[in-house]
Amino acid sequence: MSEISRDVIIVGGGLIGLTTAHALATSGITSHVIDSQDITATVDPLYDGRASAIASASVKMLKLIGLWERLAQSAQPIWEIRVTDSDSPQFIHFDAAHSNESGPNESGPNESGPLGYMMENRQLRAALQGKARESDAITLHAPVHITGLCQSETHASVTLANGTVLKAPLLIAADGRKSWVRDQVGIRTSHWGYGQAAIITTVSHREPHGDIAHERFLPDGPFAILPMLDDAEGRHRSAIVLTVSEATGHAMMALPDRPFQAEIASRFGDFLGPVAVISKRWSWPLGALAAEKLTTGRVVLVGDSAHGIHPIAGQGLNLGFRDVAALAEVLTEGLRLGLDLGDQVLQKRYERWRRPDMMLLLGVTDGLNRLFSNNLAGLARLRQHGMGAVNRLPKLKKFFMNQARGEGERQPKLLRGLNL
Amino acid sequence: MNASAATSINEHEIDKFNALAASWWNPDGPSKVLFAMGPARMGYIKRQLVSHFDLDANARYPLKGLKILDLGCGAGLISEPLARLGADVTGIDAAQENIMMARAHAKQTGLDIEYIPTTAEALVIDKKQFNAVVSLEVIEHVADAQDFAKSCHALLKPGGMFLFSTLNRTLESYAVAIVGAEYMTRLVPRGTHEWKKFITPAEMAEILTVAQFRSVRIEGLNYQPVHKSWAIGANKSINYIGAAIRIEV
Ligand SMILES: Cc1cc2nc3c(=O)[nH]c(=O)nc-3n(C[C@H](O)[C@H](O)[C@H](O)COP(=O)(O)OP(=O)(O)OC[C@H]3O[C@@H](n4cnc5c(N)ncnc54)[C@H](O)[C@@H]3O)c2cc1C
Repeated sequence: MSEISRDVIIVGGGLIGLTTAHALATSGITSHVIDSQDITATVDPLYDGRASAIASASVKMLKLIGLWERLAQSAQPIWEIRVTDSDSPQFIHFDAAHSNESGPNESGPNESGPLGYMMENRQLRAALQGKARESDAITLHAPVHITGLCQSETHASVTLANGTVLKAPLLIAADGRKSWVRDQVGIRTSHWGYGQAAIITTVSHREPHGDIAHERFLPDGPFAILPMLDDAEGRHRSAIVLTVSEATGHAMMALPDRPFQAEIASRFGDFLGPVAVISKRWSWPLGALAAEKLTTGRVVLVGDSAHGIHPIAGQGLNLGFRDVAALAEVLTEGLRLGLDLGDQVLQKRYERWRRPDMMLLLGVTDGLNRLFSNNLAGLARLRQHGMGAVNRLPKLKKFFMNQARGEGERQPKLLRGLNL
Repeated sequence: MNASAATSINEHEIDKFNALAASWWNPDGPSKVLFAMGPARMGYIKRQLVSHFDLDANARYPLKGLKILDLGCGAGLISEPLARLGADVTGIDAAQENIMMARAHAKQTGLDIEYIPTTAEALVIDKKQFNAVVSLEVIEHVADAQDFAKSCHALLKPGGMFLFSTLNRTLESYAVAIVGAEYMTRLVPRGTHEWKKFITPAEMAEILTVAQFRSVRIEGLNYQPVHKSWAIGANKSINYIGAAIRIEV
């Protein structure tokens, strides 16, 4: 069957797959994006009630690739992150004014912008899909099942359930944590479960949140309060991510509404006045995953197909955005040198660029979780000291700040606000 | 495809050439070094062309409108990137089997490149002229480098650009050429080659000047173990790459 030819095939039209397509399109790289789901249904608030913290570096990229204009209205800035321990008044205090190298106040609080933004996943999806439909560079195929994948000397190709064969010099796997492509090409993974679940819901509170995010390390696990924009009825809202043991998670999911609300309210406290649960609740089993390689033949992995990390630091999506920015830069350079986009030289550069960051974040989130999900007295004390210490040690604090912002050394251009 | 040679060959032989092309194009195969040099060489060639012809480096097809001759094209390792950048590429190689491999590969990648089994001298007699002549790792294999440079000059339109790369004649290059099996395998189909025929950058500049080229520039092409890649730099002791202009007379 004849199909228009495209530069790359992207399997997976989720948050990362579509962002990849848009980033590549800015350099004129065209793509087929294939998803087995009816992706329009994923925009329904009942499908995915999550909101994601998007680091300011990721926002720079979303601006450059023409998505931010569709998102700005629904983005809630985070100006401050307060990290507290259950039985300690100490907290690490991150705010945008302090994240400059020069230190507090020298450049004024607004100069560097917020630490990041909270964005509802469904709104991200709506923007990504809307723009993809308008783009000449992107051909969407969804919902469509892929029945086969093969690689030749010069191309990777996929066969769709309707018999269509699509081929391109490069195939990008963005099909999530259970990546089918990754299995097909025989890339193995290391993975481990945390025996934990994340319970996600949305609450309203009487007082405004003041653009502040809170991460509380409670005895039964981390509890995150993430600011959201007021809803249509003018209610002040925050997203809740509660990490608990699997057993507690099951129990909490089974609770009737009133006691569930009481569980959330007791953890939230009353610092913003009375709190009410105003959305469905979702439960996600937590685990970590690392693909043993990020590329093989003419296939490269991005986003959750390459790595899954503990959501403790809200970095999974941002890590995926960094993959996108690095891959787009490497492929754009290849394109401008006339190289085959599936060239090994390009793939190896991508792998070398991304692996350290991915392993670092896997390690950091894993370590944080072990540190904070444990209720041993000794550890608790260590945590308390740890908190104070982070505040006192500008270097360490800066590291954490930069992680929150998603900025570090040798960042891809798109994350530094530079065009490709 | 082009040329009657392609049609006079039977299916069995085409399979054979496909297999050969596959090994040429295998990044871990005999042309490994040339592959690794690819980005640095193409980066240099593109920068030179873009600045000389005043083109848009970030365009999707920056070389559109340029007629380029890849002289000694082998299996098309440079012809293909040039074609992807929009150039109208003619690849020539004296070895018929290289041309067959190049054609087989271009067919698979879907690139439109004219590959002809011929020599520079034959094209000069046919009065063919190009905006640019690219000839990488060739001059050290020819019978007479000065004659070769003269042919390249004749194959350029006035104002056209000649791009070349070769090996210096130093102890380091001797070691590389002898030890570097990849390089030797590439040499074999072209006949006998001797290290003493390698040309130093100074000799190269002299040859080009005698051949009426102007604005000769030469840079080193070095392996960077830390980055595991090749880069343009000042050190010309082993490989070097350069450009020169045929001025309007
Ligand atoms: C509880 C929780 C909270 C989180 N909070 C944050 C946060 O605050 N900030 C943050 O940065 N990150 C967060 N993350 C992580 C973030 O959600 C993920 O990293 C991100 O969604 C990954 O996107 P993706 O596109 O790679 O994969 P996915 O979102 O899984 O998308 C994969 C897509 O591929 C499609 N697909 C799958 N298989 C096939 C197939 N065989 N053929 C075709 N298509 C296929 C699917 O239909 C889907 O559309 C959180 C994660 C969890 C679990």
